[in-house]
Amino acid sequence: MSSLRIEGVGKSFGQLEVLRDLELAVEPGEFAAVIGPSGSGKSTLFNLVSGLDRPTTGRVLVEGEPAGVESGKVAYMPQKDLLFPWRTVLDNTALGLEAQGVGKKEARRRADALFADFGLDGFQKAYPSQLSGGMRQRAALLRTVVLERPVLLLDEPFGALDSLTRTEMQLWLAGMWQRHRWTVVLVTHDIREAVLLADTVHVLSPRPATIVDRVEVPLARPRGADDFTDPDFASTERRVLDALRGTTAVRTP
Amino acid sequence: MRPILRSLWPPLLVLTVVLGGWQLYVTAAGVDPTTLPSPARVVEQGWLNRQDLWDQTLPTLQETLLGFALSFAAAWLVAVLLDFSSAARRGLYPLLVASQTIPIVAVAPLLIIWFGFGLLPKMLVVTLTTFFPLAANLAAGFAATDREAMRLLRSLGAGRWWTFRLVRVPSAMPYFFAGLRVSITYAVVGAVFAEYAGAEAGLGIYMQAQKSAFRTDLVFAAVAVTAALSIALFGATYLLQRLVLPWERALKEDRSS
Repeated sequence: MSSLRIEGVGKSFGQLEVLRDLELAVEPGEFAAVIGPSGSGKSTLFNLVSGLDRPTTGRVLVEGEPAGVESGKVAYMPQKDLLFPWRTVLDNTALGLEAQGVGKKEARRRADALFADFGLDGFQKAYPSQLSGGMRQRAALLRTVVLERPVLLLDEPFGALDSLTRTEMQLWLAGMWQRHRWTVVLVTHDIREAVLLADTVHVLSPRPATIVDRVEVPLARPRGADDFTDPDFASTERRVLDALRGTTAVRTP
Repeated sequence: MRPILRSLWPPLLVLTVVLGGWQLYVTAAGVDPTTLPSPARVVEQGWLNRQDLWDQTLPTLQETLLGFALSFAAAWLVAVLLDFSSAARRGLYPLLVASQTIPIVAVAPLLIIWFGFGLLPKMLVVTLTTFFPLAANLAAGFAATDREAMRLLRSLGAGRWWTFRLVRVPSAMPYFFAGLRVSITYAVVGAVFAEYAGAEAGLGIYMQAQKSAFRTDLVFAAVAVTAALSIALFGATYLLQRLVLPWERALKEDRSS
């Protein structure tokens, strides 16, 4: 059974058709990237997968069940870290568990157990304002991962970071994924990020968005900084870029 | 402690200059103390009548604190109601704004007619003068919660009450304290004013009595006590804020380093 299966999904807001006949499948342990031009409906797709919204047509299935907030199968990490300044880092990372009804003590214990792995040990009692941008994103990912939900949905998780920190974080995430093999759907507009991290890159067209290309990334695992200079990396990047440009070229008069 | 001293000395300097000028003028021009007493005389007479002043301060302080407590409770109740129900927001908020145009001068004597000379009408005047800034700021604070944060919590399956407790209340705190500081400065004045309209004890009635007795110096002494009370309450909001929002200090230390 696929972790995530999007079948013929369309979504309209009044007259505005945002998604049309979208098909996408992600298998357990797969790292999938969804890339598209801005305004292509990435966030709409995202709301459907996280269960915050329902499709107009078609189905979104997570582990065979219709996506919904109640099913608790998707954990989402937004672009903004959304760490609350009034909570310590530990309390922030335990927030997701608390919100879903786990006791405060137990939530803290489970979050704390991951701190070393996420390179945050020693910062449990710090406030988010005392962390660097990269650390804040790691804490936000920890808050997402600790929920142990079958699908991780990452929405441009490093989009707000400076370029150097972003590269650091992408390499770090590649390493983390190698060890944990989460099922990930990464929504991004960064081609390099998609190619470095994903097994499959799904390319969206502009509105109404549909998948126009599915690019398998031929790079071996584990991946690291060396892959940036691999000829396969460059050619995959090129293929994704062409797919993206092809979609825009059709629509520009 | 040092930043507090640093922010205290400029107003103290200005105050000293003003009081010094006042003292000089009154002494040099030989102004009749029933018209304008010198600051030194105010302090001296105030000290001599300290027992009297203290006895009158207590009822005023009591009215202020009880009235403010009532205002505090009402403000939270109304702000929460406005936040949870858009119908209440549409129906109530304009009326709350409009209620601010009602002159307390007109209402205070009516309250005395309705509720007598006791504690309740004074509490109500304090509540009426302080309620709005508190409720309005609190409601604005709730409404200013990051929408993304709300979405995140909803996606985690958190219900309305949980998101309110976990996000909306803490994010409203800075707004709440801004409102608290505005309204607490009105509170003492509100109580004194209510006493002016009719009371058996308190600084307001004391001022009135001393004015009628041409003891201008004691009127000023009572005014000074009123001001000191207001400033003390104002200062207390900062202490409270430090206790309730320890994270703000971490934020400030981080910015200054």
